[in-house]
Amino acid sequence: MSIDTETARRVAKLARIKVEDDALPALAAEFSAILGFIEQLNEVDVEGVEPMTSVTPQRLKRREDVVTDGDQQEAVLKNAPDAREGFFAVPKVVE
Amino acid sequence: MTDLTKLTIAQARDAMRKGDTSSAEVTAACLTAIEDAGALNAFVHKTPEIATKQAAAADARIKAGDAPAMCGIPLGIKDLFCTKGVPSQAASGILEGFKPEYESTVTSQLFDAGAVMLGKLNMDEFAMGSSNETSVYGDAVNPWKVDDRKLTPGGSSGGSASAVAADLCLAATGTDTGGSIRQPAAFTGITGLKPTYGRVSRWGVVAFASSLDQAGPMTKDVRDAAIMLQSMCGHDPKDSTSADLAVPDFEAALTGDIKGKVIGIPKEYRMDAMPAEIAKLWEDGTAMLKDAGAVIKDISLPHTKYALPAYYVIAPAEASSNLARYDGVRFGHRAKLDAGDGITEMYEKTRAEGFGHEVQRRVMVGTYVLSAGFYDAYYNRARRVRALIKRDFDNVFADGVDAILTPATPSAAFGLGEMTDADPIQMYLNDVFTVTVNLAGLPGIAVPTGTDASGLPLGLQLIGRPWEEADLLNVAYSLEQSAGFVAKPNKWW
Repeated sequence: MSIDTETARRVAKLARIKVEDDALPALAAEFSAILGFIEQLNEVDVEGVEPMTSVTPQRLKRREDVVTDGDQQEAVLKNAPDAREGFFAVPKVVE
Repeated sequence: MTDLTKLTIAQARDAMRKGDTSSAEVTAACLTAIEDAGALNAFVHKTPEIATKQAAAADARIKAGDAPAMCGIPLGIKDLFCTKGVPSQAASGILEGFKPEYESTVTSQLFDAGAVMLGKLNMDEFAMGSSNETSVYGDAVNPWKVDDRKLTPGGSSGGSASAVAADLCLAATGTDTGGSIRQPAAFTGITGLKPTYGRVSRWGVVAFASSLDQAGPMTKDVRDAAIMLQSMCGHDPKDSTSADLAVPDFEAALTGDIKGKVIGIPKEYRMDAMPAEIAKLWEDGTAMLKDAGAVIKDISLPHTKYALPAYYVIAPAEASSNLARYDGVRFGHRAKLDAGDGITEMYEKTRAEGFGHEVQRRVMVGTYVLSAGFYDAYYNRARRVRALIKRDFDNVFADGVDAILTPATPSAAFGLGEMTDADPIQMYLNDVFTVTVNLAGLPGIAVPTGTDASGLPLGLQLIGRPWEEADLLNVAYSLEQSAGFVAKPNKWW
């Protein structure tokens, strides 16, 4: 399957990665090559096979629904590029 | 004692317990070796103060008696592990300056056992790569060299492999999503073990593809892999996929007796155009196991061919989800914004600046295969094929096979920069023998067993039944004893 530059642009947008217009054709060509490689999967008969959800047949553990962690505001904000008054700060979202 | 850095974990443990040397001495020798090895670019964040302090504490503990096997052993830690207060960047620009406020479960367990951290090790960015050339720190270099070229140590755990092979540390942690422990181990003549999925906690390890990622030991020999694995594994309530199973004594399993063990030789791994050296290495390894009393059985794993394409759907899909967290809000890099830029521009510029090319490519491929209209055709189909790949292994194990022998890599280490212009698929082919093991969640180990014509190390891979690392390590131990691989790189750095 061949990916055009419009599709490449849409995927970059969905992935929230800025790609300049002049880089889109090369990106589209790379996607096409990788997807071409992946197309081999169409040869496999997967009729009646469930998609794997867990490689080990284990049931996830349950625990009491209680608070086990928290109260670490300082540690949580320590690595933030912009933290103010106990919050993460971002550009204005709502006008 | 001379050449303290050349000691194995087992030798250092025994010497420290006898009082022939101390952790302080071995640690100091490693720190000196690291200072001299800048040309390898293996250690990217050095932690001599932490190491010296941990070594002193370990010596006190050894003197008091009853210290665990890893007590006082100086290690390198892959940059993918979060280490409290120490840069942990996954070799990415997007985590520039990130110092975790917490410690990964694996490093916590190792430190609780008395192990010493010398520093953080180079790797491919977010563990995406097979040559350590996607790192923000620059290439790690293989200590093995046969001409003027600098060779790759493999990847993604390239810094770990380089550091262990060059005797900069006694052992190192690695992680393996498609072959990232076993391929670099084979390229550098060391031993690398990927445990069963769920054996080792993933908590605090920067996530790449969560259903495939496993941490494991990279060591100078099989015995050390057994000793180090012991400290790394076990149930962790903080990782819901970590198995609540008893952990056997792995070192005690190393009897070398493999009489009657059934070793499978999968015909699908005999690739077209397999180099004669790799084919011979594999035949020689098969003969060694047979001579040691194993029963050799030809087996078929019919879906092998589809493992790489399935991997290159599943791993990017999971990566695109996992890497969504790098948004410039909570940690790491945030792009400088222009007037009028909103939050979307902040995300897009931050991720364009912070992620390298290969990471961007995989995140976008993952985004595409998960997008509306393609999810079933790509992602769900790949997960179905994954189920078939696992079924192939289930079938041969049900037929009585104890372990499977394959080559670890399709070639010896190649030159840094040689694959730059190649199509990305050419680089992906490095994982052709290892990736099936991650898809099936099995334990696998790479053991050095020979060299190519130029003298570069080559390794074989053994694949075990789920949760039977002890048995797998014993077969690997027998292979190691028979192969007698003792070559070391000549110091040029």
